[in-house]
Amino acid sequence: MDTLIRLLKQNARLSCKELAAMTGSTEADVEAKIKEYEHNGIIKGYSAIINDDAADKDNVTAFIEVKVTPKADCGFDDIAKTIMMYDEVESLTLMSGAFDLAVTISGTNYKEIALFVAQRLSTIDGVISTATHFFLKRYKEKGIFIEDEATDERSFVSP
Amino acid sequence: MMDYDKILSDKCKEIKPSGIRKFFDIAANMEGVISLGVGEPDFPTPWAIRRAAITTLEKGKTIYTANAGLIQLRNSISKYLSRRINIEYDPAKEIVVTVGGSEAIDLAIRAIVNPGDEVLVVEPSFVCYKPIIELMHGVPVVIETKIEDEFRLTAEVLKSKITNKTKMLILPFPNNPTGAVMSRKDLEEIAEVLRGTSIMVLSDEIYSELTYGGRHVSIAEIDGMQERTLVVNGFSKAYAMTGWRLGYLAGPAPVIKQILKIHQFAIMCSPTISQYAAIEAMESCDGEIAKMVNEYNIRRRWLVNALNEIGLECFEPMGAFYVFPSIKSTGLTSQQFCEELLYKHHVAVVPGDAFGECGEGHIRISYAYSLKHLMEAVERISQFLKELK
Repeated sequence: MDTLIRLLKQNARLSCKELAAMTGSTEADVEAKIKEYEHNGIIKGYSAIINDDAADKDNVTAFIEVKVTPKADCGFDDIAKTIMMYDEVESLTLMSGAFDLAVTISGTNYKEIALFVAQRLSTIDGVISTATHFFLKRYKEKGIFIEDEATDERSFVSP
Repeated sequence: MMDYDKILSDKCKEIKPSGIRKFFDIAANMEGVISLGVGEPDFPTPWAIRRAAITTLEKGKTIYTANAGLIQLRNSISKYLSRRINIEYDPAKEIVVTVGGSEAIDLAIRAIVNPGDEVLVVEPSFVCYKPIIELMHGVPVVIETKIEDEFRLTAEVLKSKITNKTKMLILPFPNNPTGAVMSRKDLEEIAEVLRGTSIMVLSDEIYSELTYGGRHVSIAEIDGMQERTLVVNGFSKAYAMTGWRLGYLAGPAPVIKQILKIHQFAIMCSPTISQYAAIEAMESCDGEIAKMVNEYNIRRRWLVNALNEIGLECFEPMGAFYVFPSIKSTGLTSQQFCEELLYKHHVAVVPGDAFGECGEGHIRISYAYSLKHLMEAVERISQFLKELK
């Protein structure tokens, strides 16, 4: 992966000047490259990595396995598009293996998610079955430890 | 009453304590200190290596190994040196596995130096060479490197320091604390001076994997140099394995044979579990090294740029994980600078003179820290510099 993209994934708040120094490039080149990535859709936006459990005590997240019958003319895409239009859906991925679509959804309580599955998801044409798994504790998100940040046990000064 | 002053050996008493001890003591008793002072990687040892150690323990492989180290490990080291540094050593006769690079340095000096022999020590450099030479009743002769020469050893300066008593040259590159490296051309010039002599080179290459402008060149690679060179290397910096205490020494068989006696009587053998883990490191972790080097390089570039921005003039280091900026513009000595920075802004860095007198006017900043940590520390240093004006 491009070093610039990797650095932005870790910390999107680095300035172009810092990124230029870090990648051994010039500020203008970095700016142009980022523009290009934004333009051709490689960079889709900028967000913070949030400890959701700490930011919002009521947050509930679930991972839902969905089995579907693909349609003859457009495969899984049609059903996927129907599902992803719901604002509650945070991520949606077509998977290999025992089920077809992986849906992550957040809400303010278990009931809200249960109702979404029962009333919205299960009723979509082509959905055969669902299995809902609730997140209990997040340990690592986007490469970052969510709770226990590793402490530096090295001594202050060593030769 | 025991009079310990009379009991202790004179040589031992004469050894000066390390110049960085004082800072460690102050910093350790202070709240909210952020340090840029350490000389070890911030990465944990790669998991595959740790797994190998756990497996070794599970299998109960907790007995002594051969004095020179497990032959499988020496084979791996031999292959590694051939693969990465392009020098060939016979694992049976030319390699000893040691307790860190430190023991390798100690062994090399002890095996070579007679009382009165002069040993050339390139400075600024790691703190252990001079005391060990002195313990052997040898005479350390300092060769100062200068920022004008990018802290490299030049043939001219080397020539001027050689006498008929010169026994050994200590060549510590990539360098701690300056981050300087020696190019093939630099080394060829040094070799030209040494080839006609019987001077041995102790080439401390512990940072050999951490270079940022092309691969490390060992002086042992240069024509006619392998027979007069002892290569010190180890696992601490390349594989983030400082606490495992494992290094090695490679050199001509007649020297290694003698060195092995000292190692055998003093140490017996290096830790067995570390040795098994090290085989895994050498056989499967080239990719891990690349990842860490890439990360250090990003930090290095950021830090050099940031320090120059805040007004600390910085020579661009091409090796190890240190920068060695000049603080002369502040009018403070290295010691004063470091003390004030620690007291006023709670940032610990190491005064340059801890690595030899010619390090005066500089400080050593380590970038074996996360970017986040470096950014916070540089912000504080910047504040400190503004207050000095």
